[in-house]
Amino acid sequence: MANVVFKDISFRYGDNQVLKNFSMEVDSGQILCLVGPSGCGKTTLVRCLLGLSKPETGEIWVGDTCLFSAARRINVPAERRNIGIVFQDYAVWPHMTVKENVLYPMKKHRVPKQEAEKRAMHALQQVNMTEYANHLPSQLSGGQQQRVAIARALVGNGDLIVMDEPITNLDAKLREQMLAEIRQIQRSSGTTVLYITHDQESALQLCDKMAIMQQDGSLCQTGTDEDIILRPANRFTFEFIGVSNFLRVVRKNGALGLDVGNAVIPWQAELPDGLDPDKGKGVELGVRPNDIEFDPASPIRAKVRRCVFLGSEYDYFVDLGQRELRVQQSTLAAARTGVMREGSEVGLRLLNPRYYEAKEAKA
Amino acid sequence: MKFGVRKNKDLAAIDGRRISLDGAMTVLSFVLLVIIVVIPVFMIIYHAFFYEGHFSPELFTSQLLDPGNLASMWNTIQIAFWVTLFGTIMGVFYAWLLGRSDIPAKGLMRALFNIPYMFPPFLGAMAWDLLLNGRSGYLNRWLVDTFNLSGAPFNINSLGGIVFVELSYYFPFVFMQVVSALERMDPTLEECARIAGAKQLTVIRKITLPLVLPAISAGALLILISSLAHFGVPSILGFSQGIYTLPTKIYATISRSGGSFEGIRQGAALSIMLVVVVAVALIIQKKVLSAGSYDIIKGKSMRPTLIKLRGARIPLFILAVTTLVLIVIVPLVMIFLVGLVRAYGLPLIPENFTLNNYVKVFESSGTFDSIKNSLFVSISAGVVCMFLGTLIAYVVQKIKPRGKGVLEVLSVLPYSIPGTVLAIGVILAWSGGLFGISLYNTIWIILVAYLARYLSFSMKSSSAALLQVHPSLEEAARTCGASHTESLKDITLPLIRPAMVSGFFLIFLPAMREVTTSVLLYGPYTRTLGVQIYSLRDAGMMPQAAALGSVAILLIIVCNTIVTQITKDRKGV
Repeated sequence: MANVVFKDISFRYGDNQVLKNFSMEVDSGQILCLVGPSGCGKTTLVRCLLGLSKPETGEIWVGDTCLFSAARRINVPAERRNIGIVFQDYAVWPHMTVKENVLYPMKKHRVPKQEAEKRAMHALQQVNMTEYANHLPSQLSGGQQQRVAIARALVGNGDLIVMDEPITNLDAKLREQMLAEIRQIQRSSGTTVLYITHDQESALQLCDKMAIMQQDGSLCQTGTDEDIILRPANRFTFEFIGVSNFLRVVRKNGALGLDVGNAVIPWQAELPDGLDPDKGKGVELGVRPNDIEFDPASPIRAKVRRCVFLGSEYDYFVDLGQRELRVQQSTLAAARTGVMREGSEVGLRLLNPRYYEAKEAKA
Repeated sequence: MKFGVRKNKDLAAIDGRRISLDGAMTVLSFVLLVIIVVIPVFMIIYHAFFYEGHFSPELFTSQLLDPGNLASMWNTIQIAFWVTLFGTIMGVFYAWLLGRSDIPAKGLMRALFNIPYMFPPFLGAMAWDLLLNGRSGYLNRWLVDTFNLSGAPFNINSLGGIVFVELSYYFPFVFMQVVSALERMDPTLEECARIAGAKQLTVIRKITLPLVLPAISAGALLILISSLAHFGVPSILGFSQGIYTLPTKIYATISRSGGSFEGIRQGAALSIMLVVVVAVALIIQKKVLSAGSYDIIKGKSMRPTLIKLRGARIPLFILAVTTLVLIVIVPLVMIFLVGLVRAYGLPLIPENFTLNNYVKVFESSGTFDSIKNSLFVSISAGVVCMFLGTLIAYVVQKIKPRGKGVLEVLSVLPYSIPGTVLAIGVILAWSGGLFGISLYNTIWIILVAYLARYLSFSMKSSSAALLQVHPSLEEAARTCGASHTESLKDITLPLIRPAMVSGFFLIFLPAMREVTTSVLLYGPYTRTLGVQIYSLRDAGMMPQAAALGSVAILLIIVCNTIVTQITKDRKGV
């Protein structure tokens, strides 16, 4: 068990500053999912942690061991860091059998043979791969190779495992299954896991805590999944996690209103401090599709353009003036109020609205 | 932490104090390439233009303006042009015939078409010389006797003859490239054109040919370079008639001067002419065939629809078989038969056959020495190049230091430098002129030349394999606790081992039959197999030369079989 601390990490490739004074902490014995769009520097961070890339500034600690410190000129070589890693492309060595793959880290750490054998079999058992011990990776499916990679990371170290987009190459069903298994393995071994992904769905399913990374490489929010979804710290988090609708807020004759292109719908709201429709780029209202309700009595009138049934919910595309909104209605709610037909006029209620500065100034 | 035994005592391993393995490998690659490649090339240029430290271009200009040299330059260009032209046409035609039509006995014919690639061209030239020599060729004499002709109908000792023999050994370059491109081409591309209403011939012209054009031009380039630099065939067929090409002229100049420094300097000047011709040819070729490469040719092999030849099937089959007989069977049979005959010139009938030539050949100590020398140089060159090429490939592909482009160019450069030129560079560099190191007349000077000549083979082979080894495989090993050296040893090396082994044989096989470079470098005790056959023939001992040639061919076939056996069962990588 060990916590991981990144302190003021900066890294750049040539002129491209990937990370700038990046700080983050992973709690001991937990799964932290680091989520961010592709190209934001997640993998660079992992490479710094593993010792495969060398940051310019900052410190990295695992437990009470300092792995890297620019100021104290410490840079523990990759092979001495004792961190288990599962790469996106598995990186299972194709010339070794499954068992040889799993035994390799222990061989390198001079673990006595019998003990190594025992631990390898235990790790293979954890990932349900015992019967494939003598297969070559080329005889395994993607999901099975993935499990070998996880088993290899497990025997290598009990303290910290890093997984860099480990399941993106699997199909949806296998992905779900693997997530459940990773969760299970983590619970039984108590390992700290740093899980890197750009896919918020799997992150939500897996994590104890989530950290959201922005395109520019900075961390914008860390917290439990509820925190992130219910209380997004900024517009980026709000937009990145889940689907979102935006409407411009304008002030007309002293009163606030929502600009829907061909009309302004009156709107009452307390804008947060510092936001004003007439200042800067203006203000936009953000609302989640499942926070929009159908209410025949509402003065906000819209027209249903398309309705898609997704099993557990109905997904609507509605035209509000010239703007298109996504509305989600759970099947349960639809059973109560009836499904809205395509082409019919509906009234909308926007719940839990959030206000952010607009991305672009109004044309 | 769970691991106690190898726990890091000094976690504050301070960065930058030790020289890294990567740095050491990079420096080593540069140093070795400078020694092997840069120094010989530099010495040629230096000695062609400088004399005793002074700039003196007189020698170069006098060589350049010499009518004999100009004639040989013109011959070189003519031969290379025709060989490239006909070789490309022939290669493409047979590649299409065997790759895409329903001609019978494809597998067997494909194997046979690859034979000229292994067969030493100078042996082929010897065989054709025996058959079609203007004065004494067996076939010529038979034709004269049978049809009461006044003179020999064929004369192989001519530009046309040289072109013919080179052609039969160089067209497989295009053939092999195009066959594999045709196999990897997505057949739906052609089918789409058919469905869109194009006729069969239009499809070939508008779809198939443009798609395999990169493969054709790569093969044609190989033919062009090889033919410009080729020594064996023109030396065997041309010397008696005074037909010289630049490589044979260089050899003649140096051997006439008896190895004097003046002769070698003249050779160096001629070498520069040859290099210029090669360079110009490369540039023109690039301009003419600047075809883009298409990604439509995929790595995996598909099952193309075969084109029905219908009525043309049998005539085309006969044509292909005749070609094979002419370029493969006839020279082989000729060499074996003449190796058996009691004295050169006697008719090839069983009464005149004897095994005496073989006995004589093996009684002479020169034979064993030459086989021993060839084996030693070829195996050493193969092994050394295998490791060196892999080292450079690793530096270029994985470490990617500044100046990796230079490294790449340097290692591939000798490939486009004719073997004759390389030999002169090696003589100038390693016969005492530099640092007082003299390897002249020793086996080592041949080895050094072979290293430069064949390094690019193993480097290309290892490069291609290294590209397939994803960096995360090595990184995974590092995080599992393997040091950089250990990750190389445990992961990278085993994964590229098959490519290294095939790199070895890519060098070993041509080195075994090499004659171009060693004919300029051999000393009294360091004849190679090729040189031995060459000088036996030079001394007029035709049957013995043919006997030794037969032995060489058997040796090559045996080695080749071993190679295919070894490379067949690689572990599932």
